Amino acid sequence: MTPILEVQNLNRRFGGLQAVSEVSFAVAVGQIKAVIGPNGAGKTTLFNLISGTIPADSGQVIFNGQEIQGKQPWQIATAGMARTYQNIKLFPGMTALENVMVGRHCRTTAGFAAGMLNLPWTWKEEREIREKSLELLELLEIGDLAQVEATSLAFGQQRAVEFARALAAEPSLLLLDEPAAGLNMHETGEVARLISKIRDRGVTVLLVEHDMSLVMDISDEIVVLCFGQKIAEDVPTAIQHNPEVIRIYLGDGDV
Amino acid sequence: MKRYLPLLALLAVVIFVQLLTGWTETGFYLTQLTMSAYYSLVIIGLCLLMGYAGQISLGHAGFFAIGGYTSAILTTHNLTPMKDQALVVLLAKVGCLVASKDEYGAELLVAQPWVACLLAVTAATLVALVLGGPVLKLKGHYLAMATLGFGTIIYRLVLATWLCGEADGISSVPPFQLLPGLTVSGGFGERISNYYIAWGLVVLFMVLLINLVHSRAGRALRAIHGAEDAANAMGVNTARFKLTIFVLSAAVAALAGVFLTHYNGGIGPSEAGIMKSVRYVAIVAVGGMASIWGALIMGTLLNFLSMRGVFGTYDDAVFGAILIIIMLFAPEGLLRLQLWPRLKELKKSWGGEK
Repeated sequence: MTPILEVQNLNRRFGGLQAVSEVSFAVAVGQIKAVIGPNGAGKTTLFNLISGTIPADSGQVIFNGQEIQGKQPWQIATAGMARTYQNIKLFPGMTALENVMVGRHCRTTAGFAAGMLNLPWTWKEEREIREKSLELLELLEIGDLAQVEATSLAFGQQRAVEFARALAAEPSLLLLDEPAAGLNMHETGEVARLISKIRDRGVTVLLVEHDMSLVMDISDEIVVLCFGQKIAEDVPTAIQHNPEVIRIYLGDGDV
Repeated sequence: MKRYLPLLALLAVVIFVQLLTGWTETGFYLTQLTMSAYYSLVIIGLCLLMGYAGQISLGHAGFFAIGGYTSAILTTHNLTPMKDQALVVLLAKVGCLVASKDEYGAELLVAQPWVACLLAVTAATLVALVLGGPVLKLKGHYLAMATLGFGTIIYRLVLATWLCGEADGISSVPPFQLLPGLTVSGGFGERISNYYIAWGLVVLFMVLLINLVHSRAGRALRAIHGAEDAANAMGVNTARFKLTIFVLSAAVAALAGVFLTHYNGGIGPSEAGIMKSVRYVAIVAVGGMASIWGALIMGTLLNFLSMRGVFGTYDDAVFGAILIIIMLFAPEGLLRLQLWPRLKELKKSWGGEK
């Protein structure tokens, strides 16, 4: 299978801390791949490097055969990679629907002049944006909350809005940063179901996660990070029995 | 379309006020209402930048002044001594210059006001582009300070430049004929037509800006306000959108500067002053930041009262006080001050103490 995303020898240092060190892995089309590791392993840094939020010191990120390392986040989003955040980042003062509509930004074209003059050709585009966004809210089962201000929603619902917003960009690869953070067991189960549903729509998923049950249930492959280095990459059953992974998660006994 | 109904109401109010001043023979109010309209134009432009895109500017009086002064200089600076130079001859030939006689019968050769207006707005646009590029990378207080610095520079430049008339400013700026029979000037006989020119311009820009707020670009701006990095990660070219709205609001301020200068027949350095910029920001805040209608209503009301001399010599102090009070008690703006629930809350807290 051709990989949709290839990470090659990625490095990032913060002062004296090597947050990500020589990390390489690939994500195949249609996969759900997870990155796990203890606190401070460099998971979120890795995500920020891939999505262009921060630049890497060295290494390459190849997305759909194209080098994207060093590009702006909006360029990477337009190329087909969308993301969510661990600490949800919705747009305050905007309804759930409007939040999702912003997600359509990179797939639509009306600019300042067209907007100010309210040109007739923008009406069709605007209607399409609205319809597609509503459809996604329905898909995530929060269609009835479309007109509610997004930041006043319950935590789990906010996460669903963020999912919908990311999907509105029609990504070929979706990055989910700890999608189960702050959710209870029931809600985590819901999120697992949602992620599978998203993959069934043909979207490849790369997620960073703390919650083992979620990762083991839905992932096809798992990358394990520890102190910025990749220590294992395998299918979930193999990871569960990997002595190195067990050691870093549970300790090695000589306390 | 529902969004245009309030605009029709605005148009009706504008016409009603004019008729009212006609019936009650208080036509002199129209002068301040006309000037208020031009200041409100600056304020609704700034409201879009501050309230919707979330970027503060304490330098908008600077852009207003660039517009006003450029137009004033071009339409008053006599080119007669240079009238044999090739460039001047060429400009005169293509209709960019107009020849006339001043009150002493001396020959006067100055720029055509339309040309001057175009150049003035272009100048402000270019300055905004050059300034906005680096400055808009800053956030919050830092952006406020940088734009304040820009405003200070323009103020001192205007005060120190011979071409700008130093502390005296520029006077005897000629009228600006928009169309045959429609002239921006402070002439007594043109008071009513100028009232409609000013408010027509306000209504026009209200339409454009309200359209913008409801468009894809407007949504992107509000997204930038709320969470800039998330907007960027959703595909919004945040740097370009911030720069575009900054330049747009600067151009609107410059246009207002051009019109008000021709209306007043002159411009002075106080128009470029820091207190003017602070006043614009204060009024956007009073109007409720992200409320273009609030900005328009408060802009017109407060500028009208100020120019009628209601605040006397305490004018600037009043605006400073307004800013403090609004930030303390009604950060959402006066029009969104929910007095009744607040009073109930207050009553409850008193009841609780007993």
